[in-house]
Amino acid sequence: MQALTDKIKVVERKPMTLGERLYLPAIFKGMMITFGHLFKKRPTISYPEQKRYFPPVWRGLQILNRDEEGRERCTACGLCAVACPAEAITMEAAERMPGEEHLYKEEKYAAKYEINMLRCIFCGLCEEACPKDAIYLSQTFAPSNYHRKGFIYNKQDLLIPHPIEDPERYKKALGERAAAKELQAIDGEKETGNQSN
Amino acid sequence: MDLMAIDIWFIVEKLALVVVVVSVSLLIAMYSTYAERKVAAYLQDRRGPNRAGPFGILQPLADGGKLFFKEEIIPLTSSKFLFILGPSLAMITALMTSAVIPWGGTLNWFDRNISLQVADINIGVLYIFGVISLGVYGIMIGGWASNNKFSLLAGIRGASQMISYELAMGLTLIALLMLTGSLKMSVIVEQQMTGPWNIVYQPLGFLIFFICALAETNRTPFDLPEAENELNFGYHQEYSSMKLGFYLFAEYIAMFISSAIMATLYFGGYDIPFVNEISLGESIGHNWVTILGGLSLLLKVAFFLFVFIWIRWTIPRFRYDQLMNLGWKKLIPLALFNMVITAVIILWLNK
Repeated sequence: MQALTDKIKVVERKPMTLGERLYLPAIFKGMMITFGHLFKKRPTISYPEQKRYFPPVWRGLQILNRDEEGRERCTACGLCAVACPAEAITMEAAERMPGEEHLYKEEKYAAKYEINMLRCIFCGLCEEACPKDAIYLSQTFAPSNYHRKGFIYNKQDLLIPHPIEDPERYKKALGERAAAKELQAIDGEKETGNQSN
Repeated sequence: MDLMAIDIWFIVEKLALVVVVVSVSLLIAMYSTYAERKVAAYLQDRRGPNRAGPFGILQPLADGGKLFFKEEIIPLTSSKFLFILGPSLAMITALMTSAVIPWGGTLNWFDRNISLQVADINIGVLYIFGVISLGVYGIMIGGWASNNKFSLLAGIRGASQMISYELAMGLTLIALLMLTGSLKMSVIVEQQMTGPWNIVYQPLGFLIFFICALAETNRTPFDLPEAENELNFGYHQEYSSMKLGFYLFAEYIAMFISSAIMATLYFGGYDIPFVNEISLGESIGHNWVTILGGLSLLLKVAFFLFVFIWIRWTIPRFRYDQLMNLGWKKLIPLALFNMVITAVIILWLNK
């Protein structure tokens, strides 16, 4: 029969030699292989004691940002919800009342802001869509939960700690990436400042 | 009046020795389960249990506690008496063998020579064989009493496997006994303390004995009675709680005891390698040499336990026909050959 392709591999079906039929050499070889694994480096990360390194480009759990005075940046414009391919974000807008200027940066704010972490695909499009720098993806992930309800994160879960009242936790929540971004922004301002001069 | 002259202290010291030996066996079996998991993990580039206590050394206690608190289920259609007898028999026969193994030399305490062997009977090897063959009843009775097809099949498998491999084991031992000329365990060890170990004379015999020991203890690659891919869980499928624990535990005790037997028969027992015990005894005292000897036996046992575990996590399970082929067509002729060659050489040297 003519071969249809040149990829045919002829299987040798020679009877086994004595050495092969004894099995023992092969068994010893296999045992030496497993023994070698005793001394190999283990890739395991012992989680609670040891945390894995998240690269700066890691897209993790969303955080709702505040400005330097601790006011919420979000204006509930809904661009993130529109940008979201998984339709994980829902929000309700509300008007800022007089006397609430220390709470919200703009005249409109998100009274309700929810992200369903079971739907979210952590693509980061919400971050790109946000005109107010109010949402960004942090370097952590959503912890496990026993209920579906627990994965619907509301505003209290998402908001970053207050930078003035709780500066330590704020710094921690900010993460490396956001800190670097802030630094960049400062540098950028300097540069633009120089240009205008 | 002569009947009253029973040496009470003799009974006390033997009882104490029995308690010590049994509890040490149980402790070592407990930590074999830990070693099994840890070695398995390390061979597979994992870390193994490390949450219960430092390095996870309390893990066996946690496992045991879990088994104790689990619900005890006895199937309605099972034969209740036999159902309970199965695991107890497995446990008892696994422990009974330890009686004739010399765990060390003698201790001199309060002008008494205390031998570290529970019973130095003159048919020691034969006794071991008898008790090991009883071990199959644990599996068979458990498998039969469960009234479950898988368990029954596993019980039959276990029985036929053990009977097949006992033959080859017995034949290798005959070759060994021709060398030693005695069935007494203490004599076998004493001969190895002065001369070279029996492994030097009987390398092939040891290899066959070792393979048979794997089969006798139902360890991989011969763990067909509990082959989970074809028999679900084999003979202990219907068992739960501590009865299951006894079955699993009996396997580790059997492993420990058969390691001790191999160390005693082929690797010099409590002989400390490259050391002259008598001259050492003069310098550091007789009792210390005995203790060191016991430790050396335990080290040899630990090594064999490691090899058992190492093999388990390397070699896949045999198929049933392969198992029978290996037992009847390879090991028994080989053991016979070994026996004949040994006999010829002994006769030739004596001439």
